[in-house]
Amino acid sequence: MSIENARIVTPKIRKRRNNLIAYSFIAPNFIGFAIFTLVPIVMAVTLSFMKWNGSGVQAPRFVGLDNYTHLLRDGRFIEAFFNTIVYTAATVPLTMIFALLLAVILNQKIFARNFFRTISFFPYVASLVAVAAVWNALFSPEKGPVNSVLRALGVANPPGWAVDPNWAMVTLILFSVWKNMGYYMVMYLAGLQGISPELYEAASLDGANAAQKFRYVTIPQLGATNFLVLVMLTIQCFKVYDIVLMITNAGPGTKTLVLVFHIYNVAFKQWDLGYASAISMVLFLMVMIVTVIQFRGEKKTA
Amino acid sequence: MEKNKIGPGRIILYVVLLILAFVMLMPFAWMLSASLKLNKDVFTFPIEWIPKAPRWQNYQDIWTVIPLSKFILNTVKLTVIVTLLQLLTSSFAAYAFAKLDFKGKNALFLGYIGTIAVPWQAYMVPQFIMMRNVFHLNDTHLAIICLQAFSAFGVFLMRQFYSDIPDELCEAARIDGMNEYQIWWDIMLPLSKPALSTLTIFTFVNTWNDFLGPLIYLTTTEKKTIQIGLRMFISQYSTEYGLIMAASVIVLIPVLAVFLSLQKYFVQGIATSGLKG
Repeated sequence: MSIENARIVTPKIRKRRNNLIAYSFIAPNFIGFAIFTLVPIVMAVTLSFMKWNGSGVQAPRFVGLDNYTHLLRDGRFIEAFFNTIVYTAATVPLTMIFALLLAVILNQKIFARNFFRTISFFPYVASLVAVAAVWNALFSPEKGPVNSVLRALGVANPPGWAVDPNWAMVTLILFSVWKNMGYYMVMYLAGLQGISPELYEAASLDGANAAQKFRYVTIPQLGATNFLVLVMLTIQCFKVYDIVLMITNAGPGTKTLVLVFHIYNVAFKQWDLGYASAISMVLFLMVMIVTVIQFRGEKKTA
Repeated sequence: MEKNKIGPGRIILYVVLLILAFVMLMPFAWMLSASLKLNKDVFTFPIEWIPKAPRWQNYQDIWTVIPLSKFILNTVKLTVIVTLLQLLTSSFAAYAFAKLDFKGKNALFLGYIGTIAVPWQAYMVPQFIMMRNVFHLNDTHLAIICLQAFSAFGVFLMRQFYSDIPDELCEAARIDGMNEYQIWWDIMLPLSKPALSTLTIFTFVNTWNDFLGPLIYLTTTEKKTIQIGLRMFISQYSTEYGLIMAASVIVLIPVLAVFLSLQKYFVQGIATSGLKG
């Protein structure tokens, strides 16, 4: 003890030492994070004003806003943009409705509740490549079981699903809802369990029936959860790529081309990195707008 | 005064539930059934759910038709390394953000928060170019590891959890003469098992199922992960339904096993992200 005390540790030295200790905790993660995330983000912004094919020989050339003005003339981009919006506008509400329906049912005291909760989560954790292969087989236009059932039920010309220009987007949306509703079901379940039982008791005393309780207790009480699910789902839909690749491959033609698919093609097939980055900025902006809305909304509810 | 009597509402509830359960499970059942059939029998209608002569041969053949064991080995290797690195570096950094005071804390944390809103798809292109031109890591497993091991999400999740642990615990340990590294190792880590489990299962499932990352980076067949390996097989042998389904079943098993054993933590993780945003 006395030896320790003999060494004078001024507050300043202690502070510096504490700083160093703290940095040593953060460094392993932060260095990796800075190199592999922060630097590429800055590069993406810079590249969107350049023309470059990524080769080490040819240097990037500054082209100002050319990449951005090109966006307006690129029919593919405009199509990809609208397809992404259509996909999002349909997938988000459908997923929310089914996830909520499932959560409400699985929040009741029912037979084998945990079993049902578990299986409704299977599609979400299952590998996309595997379940997409099954879907493609099930919805195969000529011999798939889905169309076989439809024909047996008397539908003369069942849709061609993923290869049918009018149905490809529908197929994509159906698959997406099926794959992801389990995840949001869990979020709704958490929200439902947060509602005080007293509210339902009070409603019962006032003579409310099940539908009225759902309308006047459950829905308002789930406000925050609803909002969060909406935001998360919307962002997830904006970023869609792998589902599209595996179910429709952006086809038929470009009927289901989405933004990230277009970024991938422009970057890794045409090697037009500057233009790919400009499209990326559009995606970034879309996600940013949703995030800002979320921040505003959270402040309001807080 | 609701009783669990079987009324019309109850019946509707069960009917809806059974329809939903059927929709959820049917593709998996069909996959399993088709994996035990010859190609010519896969699409017979009405569906023969339990094949009369199950063709177990499919599960044997698949290992020789594609280098499936190699794909699995690659994926296991990547998943284990990424998950370990993620757990270690995130919980380490989160400790400083939750329990230590230092210069630049807020600015650094803002750096993490800021990137959460930036989708990876928006900077995957420059990230690949940097990895290829500067580090010469294209077509290596190391690239995938660097890509996945340092997520802001992990730091967030762990910090959230550490913030709920009382500061007095750390203070008491400091008075007892423990240094910060000991506090992290001996006190925080054992206490944070639920958060670590949540992060483990999220990282595991994400890495195991990751598609676009390996698709961009890995070009040599021997280096491919199970997802892009399986995808390659499907596009090459698109009519070998029996084999494709057998391979798909094999790919699903590890994730479902991990999910079933850690389910509680998975659900908790989603629930907290839902409640706290």
